[in-house]
Amino acid sequence: MPKIILDGKEIEFKPGQTIIEAARDAGIDIPHFCWHPKLSVSGNCRMCLVEVEQMPKLVISCATLASEGMVVHTSSPKAVEARNAVMEFLLINHPLDCPICDEAGECKLQEYAYAHGRGESRFEEMKVRKEKRIQLGPYIKFDAERCILCSRCIRFTDEIAKSHQLTFIKRGDKVTITTFPGESFDNPYTLNTTDICPVGALTNQDFRFKARVWEMSKTNSICIGCARGCNIEIWVRNNQILRLTPRYNEDVNSYWMCDNGRLNTFKFVNSDSRIDGPFVRRNGLLEKVSWEEALSEASNKLKKYKGNEIAFIGSAYATNEDNFMFIKLAKLLDVKKVMFARHIKEGDQDDILIREDKTPNSLGAELIGLMPINENLLNELFEEISTGKIKVLYIIEDDIFGKYENLKELAKKLELIIVHATNKNITTEFADILFPASTYAEKHGTFVNFQGRVQRIRPAVATVELDRALDGMSMSRWDKFGTPFDRWMQGKKYDAKPSWKILTSISTKLGLKIKYEMAEDVFEDIANTIDEFKGLDYDLISNNGIKIKNKAYEYIK
Amino acid sequence: MVAKKRKKNLNFFERIYIVEIIKGMILTLKNMFRPKFTMEYPEVKFEPPASYRGRPVLVLDENGVERCVACGLCSRVCPALAIEVQAAETEYEKERYPEKFEINMLRCIFCGFCEEVCPEEAIVMSKDYELVYTNREDAIYGKDKLLVPIEQLRDRIEFLRKFK
Ligand code: SF4
Ligand code: SF4
Ligand code: SF4
Ligand code: SF4
Repeated sequence: MPKIILDGKEIEFKPGQTIIEAARDAGIDIPHFCWHPKLSVSGNCRMCLVEVEQMPKLVISCATLASEGMVVHTSSPKAVEARNAVMEFLLINHPLDCPICDEAGECKLQEYAYAHGRGESRFEEMKVRKEKRIQLGPYIKFDAERCILCSRCIRFTDEIAKSHQLTFIKRGDKVTITTFPGESFDNPYTLNTTDICPVGALTNQDFRFKARVWEMSKTNSICIGCARGCNIEIWVRNNQILRLTPRYNEDVNSYWMCDNGRLNTFKFVNSDSRIDGPFVRRNGLLEKVSWEEALSEASNKLKKYKGNEIAFIGSAYATNEDNFMFIKLAKLLDVKKVMFARHIKEGDQDDILIREDKTPNSLGAELIGLMPINENLLNELFEEISTGKIKVLYIIEDDIFGKYENLKELAKKLELIIVHATNKNITTEFADILFPASTYAEKHGTFVNFQGRVQRIRPAVATVELDRALDGMSMSRWDKFGTPFDRWMQGKKYDAKPSWKILTSISTKLGLKIKYEMAEDVFEDIANTIDEFKGLDYDLISNNGIKIKNKAYEYIK
Repeated sequence: MVAKKRKKNLNFFERIYIVEIIKGMILTLKNMFRPKFTMEYPEVKFEPPASYRGRPVLVLDENGVERCVACGLCSRVCPALAIEVQAAETEYEKERYPEKFEINMLRCIFCGFCEEVCPEEAIVMSKDYELVYTNREDAIYGKDKLLVPIEQLRDRIEFLRKFK
């Protein structure tokens, strides 16, 4: 491979790469605002100026192709001077309202001002004032003063979201960003611009002023909005999820995630409708009981029925570990009907990220051995319930009664309904025994996305059974030094457990000899029993996931 | 036991003590006519100078609005993690204000870092040193106790402008 010499270090590059790309691959970050690895080169911010020997002037490294033997200096006096000058110009009209800006703490302008700024301004005139708090789209606030006109947002809407909704208007120091007259900035991916905006000009309305970024802990996880399974980070303060951001994974979601995933997949975790502790129906009313009581009740009652009198409905929202344990219990009870429901939103799919399948783990559920519910299976189930053949329903982590409304009528025929649920829903209203299930943000586990990629989720929010420090969860500074007497440590912890744990307890009570301490133990068992998962473990799956062996899974409807 | 040697061998006059006692009495007598420093607290209260660092308070501006923009810098810099701030949106030009601002006075060590870091001159060290509470909850001061009209804080703010 050809080489260039960057700051005295020889680095290789692929033909066609620019200097900035070659440097990045070698792990060297050349300061830049407008360049983004996934967007076209614009070359307007001039921050990435470098000195190249034998070239008369400094060049912008984002738009200069690397060529064999090129000698590049990023920190020669000339380059440094140029960079400092660029910074000075950028800051001339910048409002410097970091104290009220949500970007502060993760702002490129702040970082570079610290590294390359003069520390004081020589500009004595009035700064140009522009409009603040502009509602650009349904989820985005735009602060025109903060914008450094890098055009990243414009290029994103043109090249990635393909909605061509943003543009520059006006001239000189009056330039600003806007949508076309009468249009709202409202494609399904708008909030990605808040991530790539190098300053706080575009901010997430939903997260606005909720917290400073350094106050939160962040945990690597997976979005549960659809079968894509975008890699995300969960940001938590005081045991409450405040925002989700995409995490780079070229094979799944690159740098992006959709607005629906970002806004609508975490609020249920900290909502009032959470089920807090186990419940058992007594005299027609659900009554809160101890774990021991609920578990014994469930195992004692299940014992009384034959396998063909019971139907199990697993979930494409639950992890592989949960569904696997569900099947174990089914085998123990000799239950043949072990199913799960798909949640397809016909037509809601595009070539970017969004998938029609609105569950994160339908492929996983299938691989683990659950039967997807189809028309026949469903009619058979209804039939068998109404004739009294099936007397027991065991449902985990899915609102089955909400989806198949006929069941509400049939419920009278059933003698026992056991439900695991995270939040109250129509199904929980019919439950005789109700177990509180941990949400995806409160447990370890794995999902398989539509491509057949196994990906890990991790606990970001603590439940009663979890301790941030002891269970190795990520911690903010507050979490590290807080005591139970600090109000900022008293965030609500729900009394919930992962479904696999509840199922393990029930199975043990029914005589199965298993010893699962952690989700990882369950996964080990999965890897040992199910072909597709052979040879995998949590370390291998790690942060970026891993594709299941030998099979190019494509989504099957 | 080995008898310790005296550090200083006393001479005759010192050994009979009488002279020393008289010396001591003279000192006492002198002090009786010096100006008094003792204050009969709580009847008489100490009025500290502008440089004094009493409990941190929030400045309530002339227009009756707190200056704080809930940037959280004081909370971040506080070495004792005494401050908790929750921001919210306001119609005023400053865009954000503290919906909740709490200082745990059991944690505060009166270092004044919060005052030093504040970009808005919104939190200053007051002259209030009378902090009494009978349980942990009462020691957490909310906005009701923290907000102090700017008139009462003038000399501290002047002091800060001169020396900060
Ligand atoms: S965009 Fe960055 S530099 Fe500008 S106010 Fe926000 S945090 Fe500060
Ligand atoms: S709004 Fe942000 S991303 Fe768009 S041009 Fe301005 S600084 Fe760049
Ligand atoms: S005076 Fe020091 S310890 Fe007290 S609140 Fe301010 S920064 Fe924290
Ligand atoms: S540093 Fe000042 S403006 Fe910021 S939160 Fe504290 S008191 Fe408010």
